[in-house]
Amino acid sequence: MVDTDISLTLSASGLTRKYGNNVAVSDVSLALKKGEIIGLLGPNGAGKSTTMKMITGNLAPTEGSIKVCGIDLIDDPIIAKTKIGYLPEIPPVYKELRVNEYLKLVAKLHKVSSKRVSSAVDNAKERTGLTEMSERLIGSLSKGFQQRVGIAQAIIHEPEVVILDEPTVGLDPNQIIEIRSLIKELGEHHSVILSTHILPEVEAICDSVQILHKGKVVFDDEIGGLRKFRSGKSIQASFRTPPTKEILEKKLTNVKVSQVREGVYRISGLELEDDPTDVLVQLSVHEQWGLFELVGAQASVEEVFVELTTQDETAI
Amino acid sequence: MFASPLAWVVLAFVQGFLANVFLKQVDTFMIIQAQLARTPNAPGLTELAVVPMFGAAQMVLLMSIPLLTMRLISEEKRNQTMALLVSAPISMTQIIVGKFTAMVAFLCLILALIAAMSFSLLAGGAIDLGLIAANLLGLLLLGMAFSSIGIFISCLTMHPVVAAVMTLAVFMGFWVIGLAASDPGSWLNWVSISKRFEGFLDGYVSLPDVTFFLVVITLFIFLSIRKLDSERLSA
Repeated sequence: MVDTDISLTLSASGLTRKYGNNVAVSDVSLALKKGEIIGLLGPNGAGKSTTMKMITGNLAPTEGSIKVCGIDLIDDPIIAKTKIGYLPEIPPVYKELRVNEYLKLVAKLHKVSSKRVSSAVDNAKERTGLTEMSERLIGSLSKGFQQRVGIAQAIIHEPEVVILDEPTVGLDPNQIIEIRSLIKELGEHHSVILSTHILPEVEAICDSVQILHKGKVVFDDEIGGLRKFRSGKSIQASFRTPPTKEILEKKLTNVKVSQVREGVYRISGLELEDDPTDVLVQLSVHEQWGLFELVGAQASVEEVFVELTTQDETAI
Repeated sequence: MFASPLAWVVLAFVQGFLANVFLKQVDTFMIIQAQLARTPNAPGLTELAVVPMFGAAQMVLLMSIPLLTMRLISEEKRNQTMALLVSAPISMTQIIVGKFTAMVAFLCLILALIAAMSFSLLAGGAIDLGLIAANLLGLLLLGMAFSSIGIFISCLTMHPVVAAVMTLAVFMGFWVIGLAASDPGSWLNWVSISKRFEGFLDGYVSLPDVTFFLVVITLFIFLSIRKLDSERLSA
């Protein structure tokens, strides 16, 4: 499949990677438009990093093709790589260098013309909030700042596509918020691919999402699709004088009830047309169950994974 | 590289050791000078003081090059910084040749210090500049061959220390081959790096010897590139 659409900054099709007999990634396709942020979501070992390594030329795919701005990564790696910025899982920094020295080295490595090196370094530092740290040794910086150096390294040559592998792992909550807003900013100028195993992160930053499981894409949609998929599936109700699980199941049709803890039930398997909320409230008043809390629970990451993967298996 | 203490320590070690050898030899020369003056066709200052220093330099390189090459690739892998180089718009060939060039630059620095020691004799007498040039060329080729082997071994492992020990073992192996190759007709002579180097010590720059070193250098640089490429393909 040759995609000549010029607005696509990155298109990968049918990516497959085998380690011996072990298939790490199978038939993953990605299409990224300018200014779009895609999230690759999946549990550990789902093949996120492998996919990213293939897109950045660190691993050769067993099958499939990758095009960056219309340039084939396998046939013409040197030109294609000038358009990619990559932050691996562990930031590839030389701890014995100063931030300035390191960024200058990276700029040269990415063939930024020698006149523009210092302005590129300044620009990257400013965008990642590193200006104050210019003369610090990278090894003495905190994990969050090292991560920023890693991001600065990935954007210093103004690439069309920025690829970030788990950029928020191991950071404290404040740093996570900062890095996330930084990534959102990046998305305005670059196309961004981001991998994570945190679902809310994808919802907070990304425009669309692909969920990987055991090397296969099990979900591929805009972010709205994921929200819809997650919400409206179940509600959680808390009662002061709770009825038994059996009574609830009998009174409400077509639902599954499970007890979360004493007095709290999760009612799942709902469809939008027969929303049981009204019925539940009326019943509670009538039967004096003492309903005091009713929340539309969003499916957790685990539930989404479980649902997607079991769906996948029943489909086969 | 000069940001790390290793380079300075190695330079100091090389210089200290060789200066010691050099001074001893000059000393010996001073003592036997009178006898030599009476002997016809006697070896000169260069043969007696400079050449033994170059002979010792071979052993010094044998020990210090593994320390210099051990980190070149293995540490990039260990610190995960290899991804930075691989994702950059440069080829594997450029990565390896770049590392090798850095090693050669450092070798040139060592050679410059050795040359400076030799030339210091000019202050007190005449020396055979042609012989010194041959020695320097030989030592440079030897160092380059050792470096390319060291870089290749550094590609094989993620642990700098393992790389250093393996490289040292290989060099020792070559040295033992040199010791074993006492019979000039034996094939051991042909593959022995130290025997090849001895030609240069005597002042002979022969085409087969130069070619031998160039082939070894090219071979191991090529193998290193292939090794890195194969990791991308099959690791």
